[in-house]
Amino acid sequence: MAEIVKENLTDREYKYGFETIIETDQFPMGLSEDVVNKIADKRNDPQFVRDFRLKAYRHWLTLKEPTWADVRYPKIDFQGIRYYSAPKSKPDGATGPASLADIDPELIETFNKLGIPLGEQKRLTGVAIDVVFDSVSVGTSHQEELAAAGVIFCSLTEAIQKHPEIVEKHLGKIVPYKDNYYAALNSAVFTDGSFVYIPKGVRCPLDLSTYFRINAKETGQFERTLIVAEAGSYVSYLEGCTAPMRDENQLHAAVVELITFDDAEIKYSTVQNWYSGDKDGRGGIYNFVTKRGLCQGTNSKISWTQVESGSSITWKYPSVILQGDNSSGEFYSVALTNHRMQADTGTKMVHIGKNTSSRIISKGISCDQSRNTYRGQVKILPSAESARNYSQCDSMLVGDQCTANTHPYLEVKNKSAIVEHEATTSKISGDHIFYMKSRGVDEEGAVSLLLHGFCKEVFKTLPLEFSIEAVKLLEMKLEGSVG
Amino acid sequence: MLEIKNLHAAVDGKEILSGLNLKVNAGEVHAIMGPNGSGKSTLSKVLAGHPDYTVSSGHIEFEVNLRMKNVLDMAPEERARNGIFLAFQYPVEIPGVPNSAFLKASYNAICKHQGAKEATDEMFGRILIEKCKLLNMDEKFIDREVNVAFSGGEKKRNEILQMAVIQPRLAFLDETDSGLDVDSLRIVAEGVNKLRKKDNAIVLVTHYQRILNYIVPDFVHVLYKGRIIKTGGKELALQIEANGYDQILKEFQN
Repeated sequence: MAEIVKENLTDREYKYGFETIIETDQFPMGLSEDVVNKIADKRNDPQFVRDFRLKAYRHWLTLKEPTWADVRYPKIDFQGIRYYSAPKSKPDGATGPASLADIDPELIETFNKLGIPLGEQKRLTGVAIDVVFDSVSVGTSHQEELAAAGVIFCSLTEAIQKHPEIVEKHLGKIVPYKDNYYAALNSAVFTDGSFVYIPKGVRCPLDLSTYFRINAKETGQFERTLIVAEAGSYVSYLEGCTAPMRDENQLHAAVVELITFDDAEIKYSTVQNWYSGDKDGRGGIYNFVTKRGLCQGTNSKISWTQVESGSSITWKYPSVILQGDNSSGEFYSVALTNHRMQADTGTKMVHIGKNTSSRIISKGISCDQSRNTYRGQVKILPSAESARNYSQCDSMLVGDQCTANTHPYLEVKNKSAIVEHEATTSKISGDHIFYMKSRGVDEEGAVSLLLHGFCKEVFKTLPLEFSIEAVKLLEMKLEGSVG
Repeated sequence: MLEIKNLHAAVDGKEILSGLNLKVNAGEVHAIMGPNGSGKSTLSKVLAGHPDYTVSSGHIEFEVNLRMKNVLDMAPEERARNGIFLAFQYPVEIPGVPNSAFLKASYNAICKHQGAKEATDEMFGRILIEKCKLLNMDEKFIDREVNVAFSGGEKKRNEILQMAVIQPRLAFLDETDSGLDVDSLRIVAEGVNKLRKKDNAIVLVTHYQRILNYIVPDFVHVLYKGRIIKTGGKELALQIEANGYDQILKEFQN
């Protein structure tokens, strides 16, 4: 991944904007109970999944789109979206290809272009990859090595078929279908996503990674990811996202659920680079995502790290519910907006158990005419004796036409809590770049210094392989705006 | 080393420099004085290549490897790499970036350009400590973010620290003395003096004679309406200090 980004450093266009012409199995546009049933049929869902979908759909009908976020966009026509699209490969086309031989060569080429080789021999060592193309997963690598450790890493579709008991136990328990408008929609129509199960006491031998790609036109992507870390286990999970450049907006409404039991830890890292629209704000992905982790066990830990650099609109608050005593939650975020992008993102830390702690480090970089909002909530419930939170929200404004806002919400119901909040705002202009140039540092070097300086606490938390890619991506975007 | 010929430059469409000439040789110290609005800061910015300033005619040439090169063809970073340094009148605060990282990036960019070996963290750490000692500066400077929450005097001293690290052949100090109290002025001036060598040159752009008590110039120029209208020795500065610019301007207008 890093290679591809580096090659294109000089070219500031969105390099993942190509479209793959591929035979697909698609539903007509529109959403109804019938469509929900057809999705369940297509995927051969067991009854509990079908019921979950239908309940969610009926509930969704009673809801209104949320309007509290600081983002503006025309009303979405939910009947103008296609809710199922899959690359055609097997004659029955049911649950995606069974092996590489079944994958359309065009699709393999697509992932090569993206720097994600699907061929087993070319794969990154040390990272197992699952790839989700439009609505379905097209292949998961390193199966044998993972199986030897007892780790299950597969598409959610496969998990529903092969491990229904685990899925049933956790699906919709962390993010209930009633949670919010987009979570309800996702619960009704989700088509694929990743599933991870780490058994008791196992430290996952590889970083697990899912690569999400939206390709088909007028199609929504509604993936759902579930990660279960049993007592004493550990996993580091990475996700990356890209989409073709199109003039129309496309909806992406995902749900991610994480659960950790006693002494378990999940580290979840995202580099989100969906197409963000052109400089006038035409096109781009609406990224409306619900991500939540539940630290159910004592001493358990969930850590979110996100690098948000794409999507025309982002609405996303990866949160942690700290239920187990001594559990801890972290949220590290860099959100860069340029052109006319709008991002309303942050986190929610809910302290329930004793001695729970949370840490929030948010870095917002707004360029051009974009809007970048941090929205975060820290909630200390009466039961959370001796809870601690530290929040730091820094904004960097590049130029004088962008907007940055910070909305921290604190709700403290236990007097023993210690809650700290710090915030800074800094402004970067051509004069900063000129100053550094006058010391012999070129523009690329100047941007890199600024970015590393501003985001160092977050970059430190990114897994190495990912870190190079993410930083290059941000440098490219920022260079286009400060130059 | 530096030759400016008939330079015309404008900012926001307004001509500020109108036929400026200046010649600086290695080993010399020049002072450029002049009333407000005469074009002193514009000259500094144009020399460093600030993008807001446009040159409509004239030349700036600078000696690189024994040959005179056209400075106006060079990007700001190339000018710096070739040995031109501007100490800013208002140094910019760069949040989040430690002084050490900035200085190292600068030092290495210049080394690389000149075909010298780039410094490792360890080597560079030693260089920084040595320069801080030379300038009597607290080593804590190194770890602070570039100019962030620095006092006016600290910012100016930080410029001189950069100069000490980069070791330019031509240092243009734009009102480095402005806003400094007597002690800070002395410290900054002593720092500059320690960096004087026979193969480098210093140009002090200033409003006041007092810095020239510490850094004694070989030439003093009076800049007015974008041109140098009078050149003299260090006594010219004393004369200006005593009588103001009126007399000189009158001579010029006659």
